[in-house]
Amino acid sequence: MVVTPRYIHQLDKHLRLDRIPTLYCPGCGLGIGLGAMLRALDKRISEGAVDRNKVVWVGGIGCSARMAFYVSYDSAHVLHGRAIPFATGVKLANPELTLIVVGGDGDIAGIGGNHLLHAAKRNIDMITVMFTNFVYAMTGGQVAPTTPLGVKTTTTPHGNPEPPLNIIKVVASLNANYVARASVTTPHYIEQFFYRALGMKGFRFIEVVSTCPEVYGRRIGLGDPVEMYNELKKRVKYKPNPTIDEALIDWEKGIIIGEFMVRDNPSYLEIIRGLK
Amino acid sequence: MRKTFASGNMAIAEAAIVAGLKFYAGYPITPSSEIMEYLAEHLPGQGGIVIQMEDEIASINAIIGASWAGAKAMTATSGPGLSLMAEGIGLAVMSETPIVIVDVMRAGPSTGVPTKTTQADVFQVRWLTHGDYIIPSYIPWSVQEAYDLTIKAFNTAEKLRTPVILLSDAVIAHLWEPLVIYERGEVEIIERRKPTSKDNYKPYMPGDDLIPPMACFGEGYNVLVESLTHDERGYYAPTNTYHKNSVLRLMLKIVKNISYVYEQETYMVDDAEVLLVSYGSTARTVYAAIRELRRRGVKAGMLRPKTLWPLDEERIYNSVSSRIDRVIVVENNMGKLFLDMKRIFRDREVYSAPVLSLELPTVKEVIEAVEQWL
Repeated sequence: MVVTPRYIHQLDKHLRLDRIPTLYCPGCGLGIGLGAMLRALDKRISEGAVDRNKVVWVGGIGCSARMAFYVSYDSAHVLHGRAIPFATGVKLANPELTLIVVGGDGDIAGIGGNHLLHAAKRNIDMITVMFTNFVYAMTGGQVAPTTPLGVKTTTTPHGNPEPPLNIIKVVASLNANYVARASVTTPHYIEQFFYRALGMKGFRFIEVVSTCPEVYGRRIGLGDPVEMYNELKKRVKYKPNPTIDEALIDWEKGIIIGEFMVRDNPSYLEIIRGLK
Repeated sequence: MRKTFASGNMAIAEAAIVAGLKFYAGYPITPSSEIMEYLAEHLPGQGGIVIQMEDEIASINAIIGASWAGAKAMTATSGPGLSLMAEGIGLAVMSETPIVIVDVMRAGPSTGVPTKTTQADVFQVRWLTHGDYIIPSYIPWSVQEAYDLTIKAFNTAEKLRTPVILLSDAVIAHLWEPLVIYERGEVEIIERRKPTSKDNYKPYMPGDDLIPPMACFGEGYNVLVESLTHDERGYYAPTNTYHKNSVLRLMLKIVKNISYVYEQETYMVDDAEVLLVSYGSTARTVYAAIRELRRRGVKAGMLRPKTLWPLDEERIYNSVSSRIDRVIVVENNMGKLFLDMKRIFRDREVYSAPVLSLELPTVKEVIEAVEQWL
């Protein structure tokens, strides 16, 4: 049966409706994150600050990266870990374009970690939104760069021997203009931070803490989506101007969200224009 | 048109500029680095950008992105870097992205001898990435031909919406020879075909020539670049029908254009009884060797493919007379093109004459390698 897309929801015009429903599991946090991002983008477009025909979404491989092909924009679903260098080429070849990179922590900070470092170091003009769900979800629940110490996953059945990567600290230590963290339990902050990032230049990085009840929650005794969401919500605390030292995600002590770094360093494009 | 004196690496950079290169991303590696250095100096003045990325993986993915933003894009590397680019080249095949990759061969395996040559990577460029595909590869034997075939590589990439490899080597890279450089307008430059209407545009819907017109980012087409097996819209399509259709079309679009893609030269084959097949820098010595063999009374000729992959097997077979009863393949590796020649010249005696040399082989070395088969 062929379903003709009809716009019902106010965000429908931003989606490839013939690809909905998504493949996301019931209880997945990614839909909340994408919804919040689209509300911010919708606002920027309606204000005339962003041209919808000049927006490019780029995703690597993974659940989060798939957002790139659910949206009704110019988009690219490329290789695992390589969304950032792909987007770098796009932006430099056509600086008019607004680049949005989406991906999970395995995609962006694991296999793509070196590219993340160098994009932040260059302060290249793009926004990267990294969804942290503490696990490699699409492949079935293997250990991720953000998996807490000791957690049992399919590839660490005796417990994860590695402490998690503090990605906010890493990116903030470089030359990125914007470093923020929100959570799918605070969609208004995702929207607010993404809206702000859309109005800035240089490298902008937003980490979104998300829920994966299916292959992570079950491992830590939170297989029920509502329970997992509520447990995350309890631990998330918004702080105005948090320090970098507060960025470590600690399930016991709480998860600080907020804008960790806001600055106006010259972006890569500004610098090369000056050198010519 | 102007005459100059240049190295092979400089010729490649100059040719890329006249072909319309607008974006170069690369990572330094011997013996290719001068290509990026030359472009870093000259491309910004032509409205282009050169960026040194963090590695070859980033470089190949950046040029694919740049191509989708509408720019002609290129990278250059050598064996170890090309190994890292394998997955990215597959993405360019699957997403039908026109890009040019220059591979300046050095000695391997592994780090090998960075500053010296071999021709051992001719199968690396052929079967680099996983899956079924054909990537056109050109192999020049002189500085001028490095220039000419670089332009051809860009034209092939744009015409067929495919990655194309220019397979140079350390000898050609650092060889200085007279070079004729053309201005735009003096050589044929092909641009990718664009869609004519936004109505119902599908990024992977081919025309009669099997090549889909290519819209780029920012033009209002809702373009979708997809690494998964996809339908005409670019939507994931994990079915036998789409898998077969897509693999077949990606290969057929190259094969159907073989008369455009494939180029070769023959030398002294009319009265020849022995055919030496050689390519790239090694063919320079083999050309001298056939003249030396003729002085000794051996009626030798030479066939030199300028396009290594895909081979136009029919043309190769028909380009030599029935007088030739033996074929000797001389290459600076353990015998690779030999395997194809053995299949193509199935009714002749075909021998492999490997010359393993870090330098351009001497005439003496070539004759020593072939004379046991004469």
